[in-house]
Amino acid sequence: MTASSTASRTLPILDAHGAVDHAAGAERFTADVDRTTWHDGALWFVREKRDRGAASVPEWERLRDLASAIKSHTLSRLDEYLERFERRATARGIQVHWARDGAEHNEIVLGILAARGARRLVKSKSMLTEECGLNAHLERHGIEVVDTDLGERIVQLRNEPPSHIVMPAIHLKKEEIGATFHEKLGTPAGLADPDALTAAARRHLRERFLGADAAMTGVNFAIAETGGVVVITNEGNADLGTALAPVYIASMGIEKLIPRAADLGVFLRLLARSATGQASSVYASHVHGPRPGQAMHVVLVDNGRSTQLGRGDFWGSLKCIRCAACLNTCPVYRRSGGYSYGSTIPGPIGSVLTPGLDVRKYAALPFASTLCGSCSAVCPVKVDLDQQLYRWRQLVMAAGGAPPLKRWWLRAMGGVLADPALLQLAGRVARGMLRVLPPRLARRLAGGWGTGRALPEPPRGSFRDWVRANRPGRS
Amino acid sequence: MRAALFAPCFVDQLAPGVAIAAVQLLERLGVEVALPGGAACCGQPPANAGDARSGDAALRLLVETFAPFTHTIVLSGSCTTHVRQHAAQVARLGGPVAQRTYEFCEFLHDVIGLDRLRALAASDTRCVAVHIGCHALRGLQLATPSERMLPAMDKVRAVLGTVRGLSFAPLQRPDECCGFGGSFSVGEPAVSARMGRDRLDDIGASGADAVVSTDVSCMLHLSAIGRAAGRTLPMLHVAQLLATASGIGGA
Repeated sequence: MTASSTASRTLPILDAHGAVDHAAGAERFTADVDRTTWHDGALWFVREKRDRGAASVPEWERLRDLASAIKSHTLSRLDEYLERFERRATARGIQVHWARDGAEHNEIVLGILAARGARRLVKSKSMLTEECGLNAHLERHGIEVVDTDLGERIVQLRNEPPSHIVMPAIHLKKEEIGATFHEKLGTPAGLADPDALTAAARRHLRERFLGADAAMTGVNFAIAETGGVVVITNEGNADLGTALAPVYIASMGIEKLIPRAADLGVFLRLLARSATGQASSVYASHVHGPRPGQAMHVVLVDNGRSTQLGRGDFWGSLKCIRCAACLNTCPVYRRSGGYSYGSTIPGPIGSVLTPGLDVRKYAALPFASTLCGSCSAVCPVKVDLDQQLYRWRQLVMAAGGAPPLKRWWLRAMGGVLADPALLQLAGRVARGMLRVLPPRLARRLAGGWGTGRALPEPPRGSFRDWVRANRPGRS
Repeated sequence: MRAALFAPCFVDQLAPGVAIAAVQLLERLGVEVALPGGAACCGQPPANAGDARSGDAALRLLVETFAPFTHTIVLSGSCTTHVRQHAAQVARLGGPVAQRTYEFCEFLHDVIGLDRLRALAASDTRCVAVHIGCHALRGLQLATPSERMLPAMDKVRAVLGTVRGLSFAPLQRPDECCGFGGSFSVGEPAVSARMGRDRLDDIGASGADAVVSTDVSCMLHLSAIGRAAGRTLPMLHVAQLLATASGIGGA
C-alpha cells in the first residue's frame, strides 16, 4: 500500500456546503435496482439469523436489560473504572496510553512502532483505527499496514473504507472480490468461488503474519477488574497477530470498559447473536499481558466520547457494543448502503454518534431514518436510537443545519397546522389543485413526493365538511 | 359511553372516508362520539422534520380541545405516539390528555372489548395483508414487533379477528416499514419509494386481496406508489374494513 492509494478512498457525496448528502448517496445506490435488492436481502438474511439466535435464549429480554444496566452503571463512573483499568493493566506489564483524539492516537501508535524500528504492521479489524485514519498516517511514515480480517483486507486492497462495521465488504459481490484478488493477489481470472478466494487470502495473509514486526487489534471489551482486554473474531486473526509479533498494540474507545470479568458473559451471549446470529463467535481472545519478550500497549482513546458522555440526550449511545444489529435491521441502511452516510460508523448508531463530531457536516444523518424504531427494538444494550435521532433533528435545525427555505417552510407549516380554519382553506385549495392540474405537472410541483408516486386522488370534501352536514352540533 | 374522535389533518383532508367509517362504527358500538372542531393537527409534521417548536402550537391546541374528554380516539398510530410522547411538555393538561389518548384499534381492543366487537356480527371473506404502522407497532406496542423476544400479542389482528371469514395473508417481513416516515418521504424520495415498492411486492406475493392498516399515512404512501406502478390493491383502514364488514355505510 502506498500513501496515495489510501488517499483515493471513496469520498462521501457532499453538498455545496461540504455537508454529507445522504439522500444523494442513497439515490445513487438505489439507481442500481438489482444491487439494492441483493444488498437488502443479504442484510435481512443476517437479521433473520439474529432473530433465530435471540429466540434461542429464553431470557433474551432480561439479558438486554442487564447489559444496558451494566453499561449505564459503567458510564456513570467511567473515570473511576478507567483509572482502575490502568492500574491493573500496568501491574500486568501492559503499557497504557491516553489519547485525546485521533491525531494523538496515531502519534502514539507511530511512536511505539518507531521506537522498535517496526516497518510491517498486521491489524485485526478495528473501527476505531478507521475513525482515527490510522492507516493513512502510518503509510505516510513508510509503514506497511495490512488489515487481516478478510472483509477488511478486501476493502483495503480496493482502497475503499468499510461499508459496514461487522461485514466491511458486504457491499461487494463475490465476482467483484474475485476480480480484485485476480488483480492484487494473482488468483486466476474469473475465480469467484468463496472457498477458493478465502484460501488465497489465507495464504497471502499468512505470509504477512509471519513477517510482521508488530500487531494491532481493536478491543471489544476491557475489564477494569482484571486489567485485560477481550477481542472477538471469527477468523482467529487477532490471535495470530498477537501471538507472533514482538509488539502488540490494542486500541480502544474509552467506552469499551466493563467493570468485572463476571459481566463478560452477558455481553458475549448478546454480541455474537446480535451481530451474525451465531450462538458464539469463533474466537474470544483474552489478552492479559504481554508474552515473555513481547511488549504490549493499550491506547485509550477519547476522540469526542467524553463530550458525548456529557450530552444529556445522547450519552446512552456510548453503551453501544458495535454489533451492527441496528444497521442490519434498518430499512434505510439496507437500501442505501454504508457509504451514503459518509461516516466511519454508518446506520442508526452512526447517525447518533457522528453529528456530535460536526453537527453541520453530518446534519443529514439524523434524517436518514423513517423513525420506524426497529433499531431501538433490536439493540442488545437498549440504546434508544430512534429517540436520539429525533432529538438530533431538533438540534441540527437549531444549529442552522438546514437550508433557510426548509426552516421557513416548517415555521409556516406549524402556523397552518395550529389554525383549523386556515388548514381547511389550504386543504380546499390543495384538493382543487389536484383536480385541475395535469398529473405530470402536479407531480413535478410535489417535489420529493412526486418521485415514484402518483398524487392522492382528492376527495370531494373534508371530514369537517361531512361533520357539518351530517353531525351538526357534535363539533 | 362518550368519547371524542380526532381525525388528524391528513385524514381530514385526504381520507375523510376513514373518519366517517370510524364515526359510524363507534356509534354502532354505542359510543356517543364527540367531534370537537378545535384541533386540526398534533404538530408531528414539523416536529419530526426537526422543528418541534413550530409544531407545539398545534399540539397545545389539541390538548386544550380534548382536555374535557375522558377518552380521545386518534385515527393514527403515529399521531397518537406523538401526543403520548410530547403533549406533557407543551401544556399543563398535556400529561393527562396523553394518558387518555387511544389509537383507534387500541380503543376498540382495550376499552370496547372484543366481545362487543363480535356482537357486530361482521363478516368478510377476503384474505388481507395487515400493515401496522411502525409507531403503532413499536411506539404504542399494539403488537409484538419481530425484533422483541416477548410473548406474541397483536391487538390489531385480534380486533380484525372478530370479523367472520376474514383471513390474514402471511408476509415475508411482517413488520417492515413501508418507507413513508413523514418528511422522510420527501427528503429521501429514492429510498422511501423503494421501500414502498418492496412492501407492495411482499404483499403482492402473499396473495392478499386487500391491505388493512392502522395508519392512513402509510396507506396514502403505498397506494400512491402502487398507482404510479399501475397496481391497485384495495387499501383500507381498520375502521373501513370493520364498518363495511358490519354493513355500516351511508357516507
